[in-house]
Amino acid sequence: MAEPTTKDVLLDPIIKTNPIAFHVLGICSALAVTTKVETALAMSVAVVIVTGLSGAAVSLIRLYIPNSIRIIVQMTIIATLVILVDQFLKAYFFGVSKQMSVFVGLIITNCIVMGRAEAYAMKNSPSMSFVDGVGNGLGYSLILIVVAVFRELFGKGEILGYPILGTEGLVASGYEPNGLMLLPPSAFFLIGLIIWAIRTYDKEQVNVS
Amino acid sequence: MQTESAKQTWIVATCLCLVCSVLVSTAAVVLRPAQQVQKTLDIQRNILKVSGSYDEDCSIASQFRGIEPVLIELAGKRPVISNPTAEGIDLKTYDPKKSSKKEGDSIEVSPRGALPQIARREIYTIAYEIQNDDGNLDQVILPIYGKGLWSTLYGFIAVDADGQTIRGITFYQHGETPGLGGEVDDPVWKSRWPGKSAFSPADIEKASADNLPIPTILVAKGQVTPQTAEAEHKVDGLSGATITSNGVTSLVRYWLGPDAFGSYLHQLRAEHAANNPTSSETEGGNNG
Repeated sequence: MAEPTTKDVLLDPIIKTNPIAFHVLGICSALAVTTKVETALAMSVAVVIVTGLSGAAVSLIRLYIPNSIRIIVQMTIIATLVILVDQFLKAYFFGVSKQMSVFVGLIITNCIVMGRAEAYAMKNSPSMSFVDGVGNGLGYSLILIVVAVFRELFGKGEILGYPILGTEGLVASGYEPNGLMLLPPSAFFLIGLIIWAIRTYDKEQVNVS
Repeated sequence: MQTESAKQTWIVATCLCLVCSVLVSTAAVVLRPAQQVQKTLDIQRNILKVSGSYDEDCSIASQFRGIEPVLIELAGKRPVISNPTAEGIDLKTYDPKKSSKKEGDSIEVSPRGALPQIARREIYTIAYEIQNDDGNLDQVILPIYGKGLWSTLYGFIAVDADGQTIRGITFYQHGETPGLGGEVDDPVWKSRWPGKSAFSPADIEKASADNLPIPTILVAKGQVTPQTAEAEHKVDGLSGATITSNGVTSLVRYWLGPDAFGSYLHQLRAEHAANNPTSSETEGGNNG
């Protein structure tokens, strides 16, 4: 296999090896923060920053990390970054941080961050690990935003709080909002449908067991 | 790997912990002032919201200018402290939440259990008085808190200058289950509060400074329609969140009751009756 280029490392995780659709990681937070596009966007930005920086940080010291404590070292780095992001949100984006409440903290347990640190950053250079982290963060964000758009549109008849279809919005023009879309199971259905669609389009992703 | 010795492991672990803790504590210290500002703004925003005068397009500071903070001695005979500095309290920096946890600045909740799971409360707190355009008192915003299912709910309740009609309620901090108890944030649920009466008219009638009425407001199970008995004291419960609903009932009853803002509300009723002599209401009979 040829050495992957920076572009591949950045763009592959978006569709080809998407962390949610291909690896099926990070589902928990994808259920929790996708009822509204706004929180999904905030979560996306936070995860892109954390995966990117944690990849770079882990890779930077990868030669010094003793094998026996490597997981806890990765956790410590990730947790530090998440706390920094959380403190920053509290100081400058109070409304968003209040809505995301516990979910910012839960980035620590998001398996995508940890998974990339362990699978990629431990073996590659800091700059490439950063790019890989950002790429995976973006792949995660893409699914998150698509799911959030559907959930907010059908669950509330709005996008980002703005009514869709004329000034009165969907609800006023006779659409009955589907409450199920605001509950976690609907995110499962949507993610399932997305995975199905992606694997129909790209047969290579189907893992035959 | 060459990095497997125990010594190496210790060194890496120690260095990493040091670097990370320095980063985290620096961030916490540097960002604290900005976070504090945001917190204060959020509380002011909630005060404006519960008073029904919040305008998203104007700055909070400018809207907050017309609101007068007053120091209240909870359950005090003369509840409004006109000269806070004499008590060693600066209204700008006083934090009732902190005082409720300090030995000298707090007392036991009485009767015990009136505020479930909370043993002590602050002696002094801050209420916010809002005047209407004629310069008369329009409503007061009172801070309230108490336990729900998982967490302490912190919020405000707006009471009309008549000392009994509820004008609004809001909670700005809680950790109840999203979708169930977390629905205390639901604007539709909150909109059911304005117009409710906190006390029964009979209790108001025989109330005196030594016999303060106990609130009868209730977050009831099931739907409350105008036909429901005592509908003016009942608010629809949150479905699937009985414990949060009960928590809200007890905390509102406690804070409007004799051990908390009761005497302040009594004084408001007396002033209201004096200012509106033509009104047929008979509350505050012994204000003379």
